[in-house]
Amino acid sequence: MPSLWPRIEPLLARVEKPARYIGMERGSLQPVHRHDQVSWLLVYPDTYEIGLPNQGLQILYELLNERADATAERSYAPWNDLESELRAAGLPLFSVDTHRAATDFDVLAFNLSAELVYTNLLNCLDLAAVPVRSERRRPEHPLVIAGGHCTYNPEPLADFVDAFVLGDGEEVVGEITEVLGAWKRSGRTARDGVLRELATIPGVYVPAMYDVEYDGQALVAVTPRFPDVPEHVEKRTIADLAEWPYPRNQLVPLVEVVHDRLNVELFRGCTRGCRFCQAGMITRPVRERPAEQVRTMVREGLRRTGYDEVALTSLSSADFSGIDGVVGDLVNDQDGCGNVGLSLPSLRVDAFTVDIASEIQKVRRTGLTFAPEAGTWRMRQVINKLIREEDLYRAVDGAYSQGWRRVKLYFLVGLPTEVDEDTLGIAHLARNVVEIGRAHTKQASCTVSVGGFVPKPHTPFQWFGQNGVAELGRKISLLRDDLKGSRAQVRWHDPAASFAEGIASRGDRRIGAVIERVWRAGGTFQEWSEHFDLSRWLDAMAAEGLDPDWYVTRHRHEDELLPWDHISAGLHRDFLWHDWQEALRAHGLPDCRWTPCYDCGVCTDYALEHVVASPVPPAGGSQGTGQDLDTGHVVPVELRARVREVTSAR
Amino acid sequence: MRGDRGFPVRLRFTKRGKVRFISHRDVARAFERAFRIEALPLAFTQGFSPRPRVSFGLALSVGYESEAEYLDVELAHDLDVDALPATLSAALPEGIDVTGAVALADRAPALQESVTAVEYDVVVERDDGTVPTADDVRRTVDAALAAETLAATRRRKGRDVVEDVRPLVRAVDVVGPHEHGVRLHLELATQPSSIRPVEVVAALGGLAASRVLRTRQLIERGGARLEPLEADPRPRALEVRAS
Repeated sequence: MPSLWPRIEPLLARVEKPARYIGMERGSLQPVHRHDQVSWLLVYPDTYEIGLPNQGLQILYELLNERADATAERSYAPWNDLESELRAAGLPLFSVDTHRAATDFDVLAFNLSAELVYTNLLNCLDLAAVPVRSERRRPEHPLVIAGGHCTYNPEPLADFVDAFVLGDGEEVVGEITEVLGAWKRSGRTARDGVLRELATIPGVYVPAMYDVEYDGQALVAVTPRFPDVPEHVEKRTIADLAEWPYPRNQLVPLVEVVHDRLNVELFRGCTRGCRFCQAGMITRPVRERPAEQVRTMVREGLRRTGYDEVALTSLSSADFSGIDGVVGDLVNDQDGCGNVGLSLPSLRVDAFTVDIASEIQKVRRTGLTFAPEAGTWRMRQVINKLIREEDLYRAVDGAYSQGWRRVKLYFLVGLPTEVDEDTLGIAHLARNVVEIGRAHTKQASCTVSVGGFVPKPHTPFQWFGQNGVAELGRKISLLRDDLKGSRAQVRWHDPAASFAEGIASRGDRRIGAVIERVWRAGGTFQEWSEHFDLSRWLDAMAAEGLDPDWYVTRHRHEDELLPWDHISAGLHRDFLWHDWQEALRAHGLPDCRWTPCYDCGVCTDYALEHVVASPVPPAGGSQGTGQDLDTGHVVPVELRARVREVTSAR
Repeated sequence: MRGDRGFPVRLRFTKRGKVRFISHRDVARAFERAFRIEALPLAFTQGFSPRPRVSFGLALSVGYESEAEYLDVELAHDLDVDALPATLSAALPEGIDVTGAVALADRAPALQESVTAVEYDVVVERDDGTVPTADDVRRTVDAALAAETLAATRRRKGRDVVEDVRPLVRAVDVVGPHEHGVRLHLELATQPSSIRPVEVVAALGGLAASRVLRTRQLIERGGARLEPLEADPRPRALEVRAS
């Protein structure tokens, strides 16, 4: 089938941001499709600006196109204006690389980074002329696959996705390609056969191969339908990042996108053990990229892309062994190109981090972001984010004294055991931060960004009953009222959106019908506030006879079967439950990179090891490494005097 | 080096095909990246947040194609400008080709002020979507231009305003039939303010423009009509001294 471009082109004159749909990124490919290859359409079910930078998708795009037996192109959810034009013109979802119809691909593979994109997945399928429910698909329809962090609870999408891929995709996409290649060669017979074969690949979960039983509201069993289908599906993990220096050709979009810069991954996994953080739990163990490879990837990436900024990414970049050396080398090795900015997302809260940030942001010093996550020491012990008040004040003092004017602080509200004192503790921290800043500059400001906590599967908080809309709203108001008239600005996430996220986050298969109803009622782009309306979700729950509070605000019991218990990120359920009990007792847990193993299960079960170059924690390491945790609650009383002392010491 | 000033260069480039859907700002960013990819150092502004010294002429609307876009840029040091078109085109998106480069005189007037006329090729159809004949269009054009004024609806600060644009319309020639309508060639003035070709076509009466290609920009000075690359070259003597 030829390119759809001549028919898409006239529509683009009538839509917002038409450059979203033209492809043409530096590094992109124009694959020629051959019948003996498996063709993948990698779909990010949100806008181009959000989806293009996704590194996982770009890595798979390269790896698949390097294979002789595969081709891969990309697609992003068209905004409503183009969607209407496409539907009116009878045109399907298309790839941005060669503008080929989605129906011409063998696989539609979705990246799921957030629950609120689920309705967009259904919309993309429908726009691709693929039946949204797996059971209605025939052999000629593409296979629908999904990967990404949300697949650790695949059940809400079990009716729509043929196969889920858990964990790192680098190796498993090749194995899937081989199975699908054989299926194509054998004439694409019934889907059941190929699905059953996919289910035997480690890391692949095929929901249709499992029977689910309920007793009233309660889920009581998830059972494989065949003996060769695994009872538990384990995630895939690549042992050594050094073998995977991807993306080699990061895509450079022609329009501005989020994270519009070169991104080089420092390491995968995080063992800081923050109990609310799903990413940290499901990506263990820590696997660092060799520092020399990081340097090479930065140097070559900058030369090839023409970017003037590079981000060294990970879940906690200042934890990378010898980060200061790597940063120093990069700042000093600019090859005469000049003015290349470096950024480290996900910084720890301590003075060492600020020193690194100061080193790298000599060129453009706009804002610095810290995430203490909770307002009191007790609360931070509960969530195991062991930042002492002193750590935070030292960090912001360092930031203001080195020229930053704007400090942004991230917090969660609605955490387990939270009382109003904890919420107001956020205001207390913010006021002190502003005061520290004012000692350095009159322009000092502080933004407090507040999100409602949504418990996630495979974390110690998976048993916790989320705060309802009213309760989250009350806490946000409490905080706003308390900070009224101060120089701290409060920004918050809509509690209604957190509630919908909660439905999808810990839902079971029955939530699939709810997602379908929300989609059919027009609820696409649910991550976008102008498109979000909780009543669509509540109406859909009511229509399906499901109780939203049972799914969202209810605490789970220890012996309750959770909808994702047959999915494994390697973490022992016992470990998670024990850590949940420790959380309720406000006991912290150290980072196992530099302290003895507490047997979460990942390394031992998968015969893996942390790949960490340094045997000791990084200098000044906050969060339970190296500080006196007994002083966590101590508030420096003479704030102004302390500030002068610290400043004059520099 | 010349203090904090760089070596100004004027480039001419095309914007054709799919890339016509990117904005003016996106084109500027693509050029900045192309200079870095080819290790052609740009001169930067001084101050808190240094920016490369790059200036474009008349903005081209998203969706229009062009054979004659211009860009003035200051390089950090002098180099062989004749090599620039091939080098930069290789690092730019498909459809953006640098077709000419000259070393520019110091303090040459900015493109924005010096360009006085722009020419376009447009394809017009009737505003109901049907295809007129060339003679139909010729009659419409002749009648519209014979009148003393030409009232056009223009978008100004988010509001529609009606203005007489006849003084800005230098010429409208009917070239002949095209597969999607009738081809016109327009010459429009850009001073004191510029007008979009679609606004002119709509003002002619009953017509709409579907495809727009900018073909030429002109600097009119002392009776001469100059191609912007010819208008303000760097004097040769200075070039020798600088190298």
